[in-house]
Amino acid sequence: MFGLDLSFLSWDIISKFVVKGFWFSIQLTIIATIGGIILGTILALMRLSGKNFLSAPAAIYVNGMRSVPLVMVILWFFLLVPAGFYAAIPGGANNRAEISAIITFVAFEAAYFSEIMRAGIQSISQGQVNAGRALGMTYSQNMKLIILPQAFRNMVPILLTQTIILFQDTSLVYAIGAYDLLKGFSTAGKIYGRPEEAYLLAAVVYFVMCFGLSYMVKRLQTKIAIIR
Amino acid sequence: MNWDWRVFLNDDGGGRTYLQWMFDAWGWTLSVAGASWVVAMVVGALVGTLRTLPNSPWLVKLANAWVELFRNIPLLVQIFIWYFVVPKIFPFMKGLPSFILVVFALGFFTSARIAEQFRAGIQALPRGQRYAGMAMGFTTAQTYRYVLLPMAFRIIIPPLTSESMNLLKNSSVAFAVSIAELTMFAMQAQEETSRGIEIYLAVTLVYAASAFAVNRICAFVEKRVQIPGTVIAGASGGGH
Repeated sequence: MFGLDLSFLSWDIISKFVVKGFWFSIQLTIIATIGGIILGTILALMRLSGKNFLSAPAAIYVNGMRSVPLVMVILWFFLLVPAGFYAAIPGGANNRAEISAIITFVAFEAAYFSEIMRAGIQSISQGQVNAGRALGMTYSQNMKLIILPQAFRNMVPILLTQTIILFQDTSLVYAIGAYDLLKGFSTAGKIYGRPEEAYLLAAVVYFVMCFGLSYMVKRLQTKIAIIR
Repeated sequence: MNWDWRVFLNDDGGGRTYLQWMFDAWGWTLSVAGASWVVAMVVGALVGTLRTLPNSPWLVKLANAWVELFRNIPLLVQIFIWYFVVPKIFPFMKGLPSFILVVFALGFFTSARIAEQFRAGIQALPRGQRYAGMAMGFTTAQTYRYVLLPMAFRIIIPPLTSESMNLLKNSSVAFAVSIAELTMFAMQAQEETSRGIEIYLAVTLVYAASAFAVNRICAFVEKRVQIPGTVIAGASGGGH
């Protein structure tokens, strides 16, 4: 059809070229999500602390990251992190691009997760904060036991949606040549002289995964809405 | 750290300085983003409007499918599809310059997001607005043209602002098909001069400044087209 021939992509070729990239994309997504949420929550707490020496740097970091294209940030980290750093990590010397990508994504996505967490914390009603205080809780107890659990639960659908965007963005590690899902397909396409089919199949894989995930998030959203 | 900003005055081997090259690249970035913005707004407004039509289930389904298709595939993959696959399927597109293909890719990708905003904006209007149009004897097209769209468009200017800024930042992905825009310039100039920090810093600042300019332009438009009697979000000073 249309002069395309998908038959060259046998399971052999897929397992040889694509699976490795697929796992890296998944790994990158999971690490960046968890790391980004932790770092992002810290940034959000800093911004809401009411102390200037904490909120100002956090605000600069978040707004700075959000006003720059991800590709530029990927290039920045790849350039700036010294080679000695990679040598210190087991297997790091051969996986420079991959390790650099993981650091970049945690740092970059933290800015976006921090905005989500900030909105989540601010969505908790003042009465909850007051109730915690009335029980004699300290600021950190109040945050840890009352506000953050609720904020996190309210924001789960948005955090997951951001994770889907993050998964799509992992394809941008192309800029530094890290071996991800897209690179797996493009390498196979190049070697077998069929780039068109390889890119088409990459699009199908990304589509199925993102569409399936966003469908699940939608289902979850209605469920959570009922609980409340 | 020893910075050497004079690198921007060096000749790039083609008779222009790196500074001139960077401004040329900025021009490419702005042209890609600007042209894609027009495509994204036109297609996005159309698709978003179709998704809210009351009596055309098939058009709604088609428009929903459009949004899902362009929203669930990474932009970089979409650019490659436009660059490699589309010309193969439609041979008449073979001679098109990559600039046009990237504009389509970026424009359609963003159109899905803008369509989502338009749908949300139209659906956020009270039902009475649509009924008022019908009571006046307007056709569906007239109801949209004179009642719903003018209101919806103004409601969604804040999210459209951030989508426009995203579009500008996303134009950086055009480096992948060798458009001579800012990211491409950064990568090439860094390689040629080994002055990565200075080059990247300058390019990053140009991006940030451009995004800020887009933000200010949208804020100006928002103020100019404000519906009398409504409050612009954030203009009142304090939250809550």
